[in-house]
Amino acid sequence: MTFIRPHLNGCWLAPPMLLAALLAGTAIGETSISVDTILKVLANQLWGAEYAVDRIDAGIIWNYRLSRAVVAACCGASLALAGVVLQALLRNPLADPYLMGISAGASTGAVAVMVAGLGAGALTLSAGAFAGAGLAFGLVVLLAHAASSPTGGGRATQAAGAIILAGIAGSQLFNALTAFIIAKSANAEQARGIMFWLLGNLSGVRWADAALALPAALGGLLICLWHRRALDAFTFGADSAASMGIAVRPIRALLIIAMALVTAVMVSMVGAIGFVGLVIPHAMRFIVGSQHTRLVPASALAGALFLIGADILSRVIVPGQVLPIGVVTSLIGAPAFALILVRGRSAP
Amino acid sequence: MNLSAENLSWRVHGHTLLENVSLAVASGQTFGLVGPNGSGKTTLLRLLAGLGKPKTGRVLLGGTPLARMRQRHIAQSIALVEQQAETTDRIQVRQVVALGRTPFLSALRAWAKEDDAIVDQALVDVDMAHMAGRLWHTLSGGERQRVHIARALAQQPKILLLDEPTNHLDIRHQLSILELVRQLPITVIITLHDLNQAMTCDRLGIMDGGQLVGVGKPGEVLTPTRLQQTFGVQAELLAGDNGEQVMRFYHA
Repeated sequence: MTFIRPHLNGCWLAPPMLLAALLAGTAIGETSISVDTILKVLANQLWGAEYAVDRIDAGIIWNYRLSRAVVAACCGASLALAGVVLQALLRNPLADPYLMGISAGASTGAVAVMVAGLGAGALTLSAGAFAGAGLAFGLVVLLAHAASSPTGGGRATQAAGAIILAGIAGSQLFNALTAFIIAKSANAEQARGIMFWLLGNLSGVRWADAALALPAALGGLLICLWHRRALDAFTFGADSAASMGIAVRPIRALLIIAMALVTAVMVSMVGAIGFVGLVIPHAMRFIVGSQHTRLVPASALAGALFLIGADILSRVIVPGQVLPIGVVTSLIGAPAFALILVRGRSAP
Repeated sequence: MNLSAENLSWRVHGHTLLENVSLAVASGQTFGLVGPNGSGKTTLLRLLAGLGKPKTGRVLLGGTPLARMRQRHIAQSIALVEQQAETTDRIQVRQVVALGRTPFLSALRAWAKEDDAIVDQALVDVDMAHMAGRLWHTLSGGERQRVHIARALAQQPKILLLDEPTNHLDIRHQLSILELVRQLPITVIITLHDLNQAMTCDRLGIMDGGQLVGVGKPGEVLTPTRLQQTFGVQAELLAGDNGEQVMRFYHA
């Protein structure tokens, strides 16, 4: 039947939408740049064409805005995928890297590396963030596990509450740790920079970051697509997945570690950005259904578009000033989250 | 295909849920498991499905220990219908049944026409074909149970494990599911609460306090003494219309 088969209609829409978003992300900003100029710069850079363009424009486009838009897309896609995977595996509609403290843990790890000055390159930052993310996730899951009783029919609902409470505790703890590290070890200038970065900030992003973000995001997407049927099999819980032939423990471990890694890479670059992993998967489930063959690519695309859009907004919403992107995603995401909560109550 | 258990034990937090259970179910049999609440039926069924590693003992599928098989290969032979398996996802009946094809698909082996045919047949078998497009959360408890059974049938199992499948069903659907299960040309292991329904199984195992206290033909193991000891009830046998015997129960 038609609705079972992996429908790839609409798939052709993805590249043009992504390209249009990247173009918009490059064109819109404090100084508006025409699409014509952008295309010329791109042609110069990619194919060695020799159009005459203003060198400052070329620099803004290539070194600043395009790399930033690419990283925003990678980051949005990755966070959305992390949300999809966590929600599927934990059978919890509220699971999300931000709410579950993974982002907070990654921030702590990254800040620790920055302040300790362990050669703050992109890779060491990511490694620190990954250590923090893993620590936070482990702590939150342990706490949630201890808080929800191991038996009884209301297990799923109880666990849903427990994991959010554990996530709040974990986020608070790691945010406090981050603040402690900053207060203790950072000088005033470092502290200012870190605080700004913590709220989500793409302004420092360059091609070196994109070179790490792009493979991370694509790798995350491929892993999710490869395991799309396993993710589907978790629809009725882990036991049901196992009875349908899924090696639950290794697959769950692989997917969660992969998502923690991808989240850590993104957080180490742009800070903790909230609500993308929560809102995008829910919105996409509503549009394409909950089958991962479609949900995974749709969420990755929507996450990418959403974050490019949020980045554009963050640059233009207050003239002459760049808002942290986390502020924009939260301003949009929090009401959307409220809507999901209210809507979720009407579905049994 | 034969399924057998040797000296299975299972403990959780120091509580023994299953102790030294051995049993063998021959190919094609309908084997019923009965026992009071908490007697270990569900735990036994989980271990038989390969959903946990027993603390002691082993489960053999056609002579091969489950512990040495990959989960995927177990699922190609054994399907399990759990007592309660719920979801909040917006998912259609047909998509749920299609999940049963999971052990046969892979990233490289795509969904094929024959999978469609198997899913169609499974829906027909449980009388849910007309509801194929319905969303899960709009179904009644009985309909959900039938969809789960169809999902298990889509696995084309050689052995079907059912944990109280008649629990949420009205009497008509209880009987139709039991009839369906009985007619399946495969091995079925089913836990039941209704002892009269259990009488129609080929063989019965009686669980009590984590132990298998009796195995045999229904009439041989469901004796008045056994009912008194295990279930704490007294029973009398009434003659049914077509020579069947029906049990009536009293408080002991």
